[in-house]
Amino acid sequence: MLKVTNLHAYYGKSHILQGVNFNIQEGEIVSLLGRNGVGRSTAVKTIMGEVEPQGSIEFKGIEIAGKNSFEIANLGLGYVPENRDIFPTLTVRQNLQLGQKSVNESSRWSIEEMFKMFPNLGERAEVAGGVLSGGEQQMLCMCRTLMGDPELIMIDEPTEGLAPKIVEQVANLLQEIADRGVAILLVEQKLSIALKISHRLYVMGHGQIVYEGTPESLMQADDVRAEWLEV
Amino acid sequence: MLEVFIFATLNGLVTGLLLFMLASGLTLIFSMMGVLNFAHASFYMLGAYFAYSISLHFGFWTGLIFAPIIVGVLGALVERYGLRRVHQHGHVAELVFTFGLAFLIEEAVQFFWGADTKNYQSPDLLDFPLFTLFGQEFPAYRGFMIGISITIFISLYYVLTKSRIGIIIQAALTHPHTVSNLGHNVPLIFMGVFGVGTALAGVAGVMAGPVLTTFPGMAVVLGSIVFVIVVIGGLGSLAGAFIASILIGLLQSYAIASDLGMPDLLNILGIEFSRDHPLTDLWTLTLPQIAPILPFLLLVLVLIFRPTGLMGKREQ
Repeated sequence: MLKVTNLHAYYGKSHILQGVNFNIQEGEIVSLLGRNGVGRSTAVKTIMGEVEPQGSIEFKGIEIAGKNSFEIANLGLGYVPENRDIFPTLTVRQNLQLGQKSVNESSRWSIEEMFKMFPNLGERAEVAGGVLSGGEQQMLCMCRTLMGDPELIMIDEPTEGLAPKIVEQVANLLQEIADRGVAILLVEQKLSIALKISHRLYVMGHGQIVYEGTPESLMQADDVRAEWLEV
Repeated sequence: MLEVFIFATLNGLVTGLLLFMLASGLTLIFSMMGVLNFAHASFYMLGAYFAYSISLHFGFWTGLIFAPIIVGVLGALVERYGLRRVHQHGHVAELVFTFGLAFLIEEAVQFFWGADTKNYQSPDLLDFPLFTLFGQEFPAYRGFMIGISITIFISLYYVLTKSRIGIIIQAALTHPHTVSNLGHNVPLIFMGVFGVGTALAGVAGVMAGPVLTTFPGMAVVLGSIVFVIVVIGGLGSLAGAFIASILIGLLQSYAIASDLGMPDLLNILGIEFSRDHPLTDLWTLTLPQIAPILPFLLLVLVLIFRPTGLMGKREQ
């Protein structure tokens, strides 16, 4: 479904992605792990067209490297940024409406359904998004991207700085997304959720993929965890 | 006294609404680009000239409809093929580009229409007093200006706050990347906002041409005041721009209508100066004389005491 081949990216003169290769199959949950600063966030931003790519990015067989973000999104690629970029002055409902690509299109997600899944958001449907708590904003941000009915959703550090109870909610939503046949690329620093739900894992270090495996194989690869993951 | 006050208020309202028609577009475009568009008032001038030329052949009303459309399309083209390319080189390049564009438009106007004042007239249909109060007439054309402005603002407000496209625009102004990631064509939205903003300036030009005279300097005259308004209101704030526009419209109108001056002030203070004092020009200044500099005085005061403007937000 997504095939990234020899992907390079630069911030000014610094060479952030140095030939990244990985792929995601339909309906698969894949995690991209690694310490801060190894280029995980840059990798998803580059796929999304926010950072200029060099190399090949194929989505559903279409070359998307060099396309505009909105074109990539309309092909069915969803992205939940790390900074929980909700629209603070718009209401919760308006935030979700903005996620819909058009009003008439049928989607596997609806606003009312989201409110049922997350009563906290439903109760505050007409409240400005800016007053929500960090966890609620994270939920809103994920739900907003889902409203566009992506076939693959890339989620950057969804549990960063959240209370354990909300981390559990995030994990449940991820499972629900996977159950509806949507592929997931989960970008994480911590192993907790990734090990539980992923089919496959990639570990990044110094702008490259340094390990590929399953949760079981990563648990046994003590050297990989020590060198690239543990802080 | 009451009649002076009522008419000064009405005239101030006419000016204020006209100023807001320019300021609203300018402040929206500022939120989008992050820099002031120095050529904004030039589109206002183009509106007046296009409408003048159209009115010669097809009458005022055709000009009122088509001149703003032509100006809006021109504005959209400037964004698409000019600003969007310059944008990659940063804010300074954008600023210089709009500055150059303002000069270019002024020269082009002089080239095609000449440097003289054009005889652009309000339509005969509106050439009657709307009402007469205390023996003074209020022209129907000014009432028409108030009506058109308010109608446009209410529809704009409705579109921006209630419609789906308005919500997308609001979000795109502050979070362009996020909105693009959700699948909305942000470059197209920006081109549209620029086009509508310049078209609004065009409408202002069409309506102001007959009242404030149509000549190649009209952009500079009004442009500087519109900048003052956008800064006083708070950069990027529509509500702030509205308050500042009305405030400055009324301020200027009251100042012109009043006959107060330094002599009155000095009388109250009990100071007297001889008529042949070397600074006699200063002691005899009247409020109508200093009316044109009041907006700039207000600008300086606001910048000193409230640098973000009335409703502006401090940059993060």
